[in-house]
Amino acid sequence: MANSFTRMISGRNTAVILASVGAGSLTSGYLLCDSTADAAERRKLYPPSADFPDLRKHNNCMAAALTPTIYGHLRDKTTSNEWTVDQCIQTGVDNPGHPFIKTVGMVAGDEESYELFAELFDPVIKDRHNGYDPRTMKHPTDLDSSKITSGMFDERYVLSSRVRTGRSIRGLSLPPACSRSERREVERVCVTALSGLKGDLAGRYYSLGDMSDREQQHLIDEHLLFDKPVSPLLTASGMARDWPDARGIWHNNEKNFLLWLNEEDHTRIISMEKGGNMKRVFERFCRGLKQVEHLIQERGWEFMWNDRLGYILTCPSNLGTGLRAGVHVRLPMLSRDPRFKKILENLRLQKRGTGGVDTAATGDTVDISNHDRLGKSEVELVQLVVDGVNYLIECEKRLERGQDIKIPSPIPQFRK
Amino acid sequence: MPFGNTHNNFKLNYKVEDEFPDLSKHNNHMAKVLTKELYGKIRDRQTPSGYTLDDVIQTGVDNPGHPFIMTVGCVAGDEESYEVFKDLLDPIISDRHGGYKPTDKHVTDLNFENLKGGDDLDPAYVLSSRVRTGRSIKGFTLPPHNSRGERRGIEKLSVEALTSLDGEFKGKYYPLKSMTDAEQDQLINDHFLFDKPVSPLLTCAGMARDWPDGRGIMHNDNKTFLVWVNEEDHLRVISMQQGGNMREVFKRFCVGLKKIEEIFKKHGHGFMWNEHLGYILTCPSNLGTGLRGGVHVKLPKLSVHAKFDEILSRLRLQKRGTGGVDTASVGGVFDISNADRLGSSEVAQVQLVVDGVKLMVEMEKKLEKGEAIDSMIPAQK
Repeated sequence: MANSFTRMISGRNTAVILASVGAGSLTSGYLLCDSTADAAERRKLYPPSADFPDLRKHNNCMAAALTPTIYGHLRDKTTSNEWTVDQCIQTGVDNPGHPFIKTVGMVAGDEESYELFAELFDPVIKDRHNGYDPRTMKHPTDLDSSKITSGMFDERYVLSSRVRTGRSIRGLSLPPACSRSERREVERVCVTALSGLKGDLAGRYYSLGDMSDREQQHLIDEHLLFDKPVSPLLTASGMARDWPDARGIWHNNEKNFLLWLNEEDHTRIISMEKGGNMKRVFERFCRGLKQVEHLIQERGWEFMWNDRLGYILTCPSNLGTGLRAGVHVRLPMLSRDPRFKKILENLRLQKRGTGGVDTAATGDTVDISNHDRLGKSEVELVQLVVDGVNYLIECEKRLERGQDIKIPSPIPQFRK
Repeated sequence: MPFGNTHNNFKLNYKVEDEFPDLSKHNNHMAKVLTKELYGKIRDRQTPSGYTLDDVIQTGVDNPGHPFIMTVGCVAGDEESYEVFKDLLDPIISDRHGGYKPTDKHVTDLNFENLKGGDDLDPAYVLSSRVRTGRSIKGFTLPPHNSRGERRGIEKLSVEALTSLDGEFKGKYYPLKSMTDAEQDQLINDHFLFDKPVSPLLTCAGMARDWPDGRGIMHNDNKTFLVWVNEEDHLRVISMQQGGNMREVFKRFCVGLKKIEEIFKKHGHGFMWNEHLGYILTCPSNLGTGLRGGVHVKLPKLSVHAKFDEILSRLRLQKRGTGGVDTASVGGVFDISNADRLGSSEVAQVQLVVDGVKLMVEMEKKLEKGEAIDSMIPAQK
């Protein structure tokens, strides 16, 4: 493959080469000598039907898609990192449902998971992403922020603006599966790259393990620090193993561009600021992302991406752009209007509490962001948020003036 | 394997120093024993069922320490773990079990008749008595590692065995996943129902996977004999009753255990046991007898005496709050039980509890009368 060859000539370490050409399975065949017989025996004693999970009380995308037939086809397969379908679905088996959201119920352990276990991932992706079919459709990537129009919100309503996404480093396993050395490699690769950022993007890295109490409190006060995951959705998938080893936060001096390392994904990239200048937030986001990508490419690394699934991330819900662009916006009247839900739905927007996912709205301020991730480009999604939020603010103003509001017609889901 | 890249062969491509966990802030038995050299030496091993060193230690890596207890920091995934990883587990066992050597032999004694006394603990002080242990079923891997198919196999065998018991052991099995609300309320009121483990010590080891599949509770009609299936161990067997008649509790415990064991043996799946480690359980702290015999006892004055902890230590007893491990005492009532598990028999351990609690109740009575107890403080047992 061209990719692994480029890495070879720029001096990538052996492990990554081996992994990328699937040599893992060759060595495993050699070393597994004793256990192969036992493993085969166990498989005979326990056919897939013995292991098929009881999903009768479950309500997540995985449970809706997994049949005994599919499980039977996939149970005994392993990726070249020896990741299995049972490991993918463990979080969905352990977490039958969520009160507010239909959760996905499965994760990928590596890039190969999405291929090897496509029989299960594809219907889950379809379910989660409005019918998007990875077998037939292509995902567009567009990080040209200059295309955004009307990206400045009325700051009497919009309190803050934020864009986030995730990126995975090709050749290394994802957080549910990664070994300690792989996770540390992710940290090394990213910290080296980030140290090359200049100008308004220049900043520093804070390793979670080495942080002093003072630094920690400081980052908490600034709402920058991420906590050890406690949500069982995440812990059941193994992402919190070895905490806080190789986890950390990088932010620029202005504190409006930050990266999380080795939380739910290899990296989460966030651009944010107070106020309503979404265009500027997105511009910095795109610029920062491109520079980071360039810096890792100089050393022979790249992001996981393909034209069917876009950017490859741990959770299938974040495939495509992995992008959530949102605002904290005051909508005291509109948020109480019975039509609010339908308006959001047609605008393809989603509301969350101001604490993020799994929180309720406090007072009049809601977090509004794009609902979709896959099938539309970054520019399209941000424009959708911009237009949508402007519409919501218009509605709020009309309600303030005692005027009536209209439910907009639904936005079409995929580019024809 | 619960999660992660636990199948070794891929990880072996990375250097030892890159894979070795950072244990610099850790305080558990595993962290004290595992050096980079030892890690390097045994990391390429796995048990026949595929359990690896990283699987063994994951819980200890994820849980650096506990405020009250020096935790073990590792678990076994199957019977063979104790052999394959003996270079790590033997020193941990030695640390945890008072210097127990790899060459030592463990004595099993479940003859309740060998217990002296134990039927006369003052019920004005001793509110309840309880003996528990665990058993693992040969031929299956342990809770951190077992697949759904195995766990269901264990449940099936257990249900057959337990529902065939008669006499005072006759009872009913309640699978967790099909429990009615009424049944659940009743079991909670009886203090029988076990919860899905939330302690990260357990969840990080993978024991809570697929909850509540394959889990359940059996109890006898009298509510004095109880078995948990597929919680932290394959089986947890509990005999308990109000008051201080530990002798009766222990008798029921021994008789019930023997009956259950016979039934499992008939199906070709006896209990995991060997003459060095006794009964094999998931956590190395429960090897040997796996027995915790204890009482809830009112010791408001003794418990605040300066020498309380020393007395407990000499009596080879341990205190816990009335909610069990990880809880605090309420109203001067303590859970007092044997501290040892390995290297002494069931009878010997229960004897220590019976004799020790009797002494402590007498001390409490003396303190109530305003008298000193210094002359009563025992020598080290």
